[in-house]
Amino acid sequence: MKALAVDWLGDRALLLRFADTIDPATNERVHLAARRLRRARVAGIEEIIPAYASLCVHYDPASLRGPGEAARAELAARVSEAIAHDEAGEPGQAADNAAERTVDDFDTAAEIEILVCYGGEFGPDLAAVAAHAGLDESAFIAAHAAAGYRVAMLGFAPGFPYLLGLDPRLHAPRRAQPRTRVPAGSVAIGGAQTGIYPRELPGGWQIIGRTPLALFDATRSTPALIAPGQSVRFRAIDANAFAALSR
Amino acid sequence: MNIRVLAPGLLTTVQDGGRPGHAASGVGRAGAMDPVALRIANLLVGNAEDAAALEITLRGPRLRFDDDALVAITGAEIDAVCGEQPLPAWRPVLVRAGSDIAFGGMPRGARACLAIAGGITLPLVLGSRSTDVNAGIGPFPRPLAANDALPCAPAPRNLCGGLWRVLDAPGRKTRRPKIAATSWSVDPENWFDYASERPIRAIAGTHFEMLDVDSRRRLFGADFRIGIDSNRVGCRLEGPALALRTKLELISTGVANGTVQLPPAGTPIVLAAEGPTTGGYPRVAHVIAVDHGHLAQRRPGDVVRFAQTDLEDAQMRYIERERALARLAMYVRERLRHS
Repeated sequence: MKALAVDWLGDRALLLRFADTIDPATNERVHLAARRLRRARVAGIEEIIPAYASLCVHYDPASLRGPGEAARAELAARVSEAIAHDEAGEPGQAADNAAERTVDDFDTAAEIEILVCYGGEFGPDLAAVAAHAGLDESAFIAAHAAAGYRVAMLGFAPGFPYLLGLDPRLHAPRRAQPRTRVPAGSVAIGGAQTGIYPRELPGGWQIIGRTPLALFDATRSTPALIAPGQSVRFRAIDANAFAALSR
Repeated sequence: MNIRVLAPGLLTTVQDGGRPGHAASGVGRAGAMDPVALRIANLLVGNAEDAAALEITLRGPRLRFDDDALVAITGAEIDAVCGEQPLPAWRPVLVRAGSDIAFGGMPRGARACLAIAGGITLPLVLGSRSTDVNAGIGPFPRPLAANDALPCAPAPRNLCGGLWRVLDAPGRKTRRPKIAATSWSVDPENWFDYASERPIRAIAGTHFEMLDVDSRRRLFGADFRIGIDSNRVGCRLEGPALALRTKLELISTGVANGTVQLPPAGTPIVLAAEGPTTGGYPRVAHVIAVDHGHLAQRRPGDVVRFAQTDLEDAQMRYIERERALARLAMYVRERLRHS
């Protein structure tokens, strides 16, 4: 594995850059690296944040041998070594012991199904984006629900997933005038991405539907319903099913 | 024991050392904006340094103590009285049951910290009692409001025996003092930035070189002002707009507390305790960790100037500060036993 580019994000974080593109293969490498680094439990590391094409690592400078270049190089080497660890270190190893798991030891193996009531009051922008795509609404919904998606990263707000895999025909520009309140559960499209608003938030993406599922609940043992790197599918439900599931 | 909120002040929240370890889920760290103020306030009442305390912003609350409590105020200079008696800061203060403490304005600084011996006993949410106001996370997921009650552990009587004897002294009940404070205190000069014109130190960010020549000069040299819409999420720096040489289309990455982002409007934003976990704006600089608390003490309208430093200097200062805090902790523990 060739050495990764390291940016120092101030004095408490570093950024490993894998590429400068948004593509599933790069993102896959990021999540593999994140899993290995979490498992390696390198002393002093406080956060591991996977994104599209980079991994951000927060650390405690007091855990370094000192303030010099050599001490930082040592940390970068420990991180690189953990990431480069061969496949033998994958699931089933001692560090995967359930007792040692933290909230962020995500289970990404299972595909998760997100139930969505498309259009109507839950998807006020569906007609506009379908027209933009040159599709009727039902064809647009079918295309959105047919694809397999991958969670590239969580960010913007707790539990907000940025999903890769949107059918290029469904790409749609963000709204010229962002909304100050997008309801919780809104499924939306912003450019080449699709995502889900975990709570009421301001937002500029086109809203095509809503899920009754709670994407984020800080009181659950695993607060975020969807983990970085996980596979996601959407399934259309009607308003009655939405109402039943919301109760 | 309970602390009852008679009036909440402008923005009073429960904060501790924060909620690290959940950024991959988009959950930020939160925690005290001036972490040193939190740590010293806790030290002064015998708590763990990162225990939950109250962070008071710009104008303070009015609080009633249902039971005797050992408290300490640090951070911003804040007017505080118990009846007629002013409450001294940066030292342990014993408050008699039934007393009200009225906090007022802040002659200097923007955020004061009030620690209570035994700590605030709210349940942990994702490992922390901090309120993430913006995300609505925490055992108390919003700022304090009138009539709230904060559960606290009973004050431990094994510290500051001398102060307890003052309050417990026999005599006519009405003549007894409502508060007793130690004569010794921690010197705030070492921990609070009284020179508000002192530059905030920062390291050039990944995209600093992408700024045009004038903007590079302005970032480290010009006067910015703390925007009125600054909050626990970020500090907006009003002043000369900064511009890139060419438009940058960046892919979102993880970011950190102190990251100085440059949105298209050209007004830099310094990410703070409740900052987002990821961002896609150019990163033109990073405020160094030892200055996060100093920046948090600047008030809306205050001037901020940045001085450029490097990673080595930043980490050396950080390590030195941690050593100095460890020495202070030993000193304070010793004094608490004999006060």
